[in-house]
Amino acid sequence: MDTMTQAPLPAQAHAQAQSSTLTGGPGRPRLRLATVWLAGCSGCHMSFLDLDEFLFELADAVEIVYSPVASDTKIYPERVDVCLVEGAVANVDNLELALSLRQRTALVISFGDCAISANVPGLRNLFSSPGRDSARTVLERGYLELADATGQLPHAPGIVPELLPRVLPLHEVIPVDLYLPGCPPSAERIRAAIAPLLVGERPRMEGPEMLRFG
Amino acid sequence: MSVITLQVDGHDVAVPAGSTLLQAIQAAGLSVPTLCHLDGLDPVAACRLCLVEVEGSQRLLPACASEATEGQVIHTDTAQLQGYRRMAVELFFAEGNHVCAFCVANGDCELQDVAVAVGMDHSRFPYQDPQRSVDASHPRFSLDHNRCILCTRCVRVCDQIEGAHVWDVAERGSDCRIVAGLDQPWGEVDACTSCGKCVDVCPTGALFAKENTTAEKHPHPERAHQLRRAREQQQWIR
Repeated sequence: MDTMTQAPLPAQAHAQAQSSTLTGGPGRPRLRLATVWLAGCSGCHMSFLDLDEFLFELADAVEIVYSPVASDTKIYPERVDVCLVEGAVANVDNLELALSLRQRTALVISFGDCAISANVPGLRNLFSSPGRDSARTVLERGYLELADATGQLPHAPGIVPELLPRVLPLHEVIPVDLYLPGCPPSAERIRAAIAPLLVGERPRMEGPEMLRFG
Repeated sequence: MSVITLQVDGHDVAVPAGSTLLQAIQAAGLSVPTLCHLDGLDPVAACRLCLVEVEGSQRLLPACASEATEGQVIHTDTAQLQGYRRMAVELFFAEGNHVCAFCVANGDCELQDVAVAVGMDHSRFPYQDPQRSVDASHPRFSLDHNRCILCTRCVRVCDQIEGAHVWDVAERGSDCRIVAGLDQPWGEVDACTSCGKCVDVCPTGALFAKENTTAEKHPHPERAHQLRRAREQQQWIR
């Protein structure tokens, strides 16, 4: 159950695995960075955009290969160095993306309280009873009990992703390498976590400035 | 007054006979995380965060409720203790519904503080999502069982300082909860004087004043100690 073992740092692993054919600083390939938005409010991504002028430094130092706020790519790419994952795992689309990003990413970061604890999206987990999981409870409440006479449960396989019975923290679905708490994590905290990764170091996640939930 | 001498993490300390290990640790200028302990209230050793190692003892001792004895050699911050403390805090988070984002105590919460202190960045235990209730029957205060960690500070302050004994602990295991009166809605308990001491000492957002919304609770856990010192030592100071 101990998931605290440290993964190899992506910048180092990448530099060893590849010759520096990518653009970037002398001798160091540009970090391939992804950000992912699962079941969350996008507040963590808004906080990411609050990095303001550091975004220019970041844009020079990394290649953003997948992101809801900085890329139009629809398919999660191969050989990603670092991925910030916002949000909990609430439906089959979240689950599928989590599983594939894990296979294609060296260092996965649980980005914010929803990824770490399920947080607000996880509140639906409180509405379950024997024989009736929380997905069924909230769907029936929203689409049948509160509907007019024509209420029906949404069912469109392949179009509307099915809810999972429980909303899960990311680390209950895939191994996670680093946890960046906060609801949302402040821009300062995000920068303090990302900046060391750019130079091949692991951030020190300790103290209230880096660790406090909420 | 006789004196006990002992060693805490390599520091020699002398404390008055009858002192607890926690007081000896503090006398050495050190600290251990605590949650259920509160100066001014009798210890219960419920949270297990202040466990320490005592040389020559097979078991770990809760510093808050163990008396210091002559010649003891104790260790407060070994790798084993760090591991257990972090595990205990993770269990607190996994056992209840502690969603900091919209909690009255967000930013001024002792559970958040100890999570930082033990380096908890996530819970390795699955969240239990227990179905608990909120008692909002009192005109001024509310009790949110979702955020209760059963430290029993409210039970003790009401009994030992206010003398009203409104609160008790009912049921066992995962059903364990705080009850008012004879398991009544809080607002129907005549014994309650509405003094608010339970709200002052609650370490989380479980007990709060109704006018407080997210991150607006700022408790006063020091009041239990102030009142006890005032009564027993006639020192009426803040």
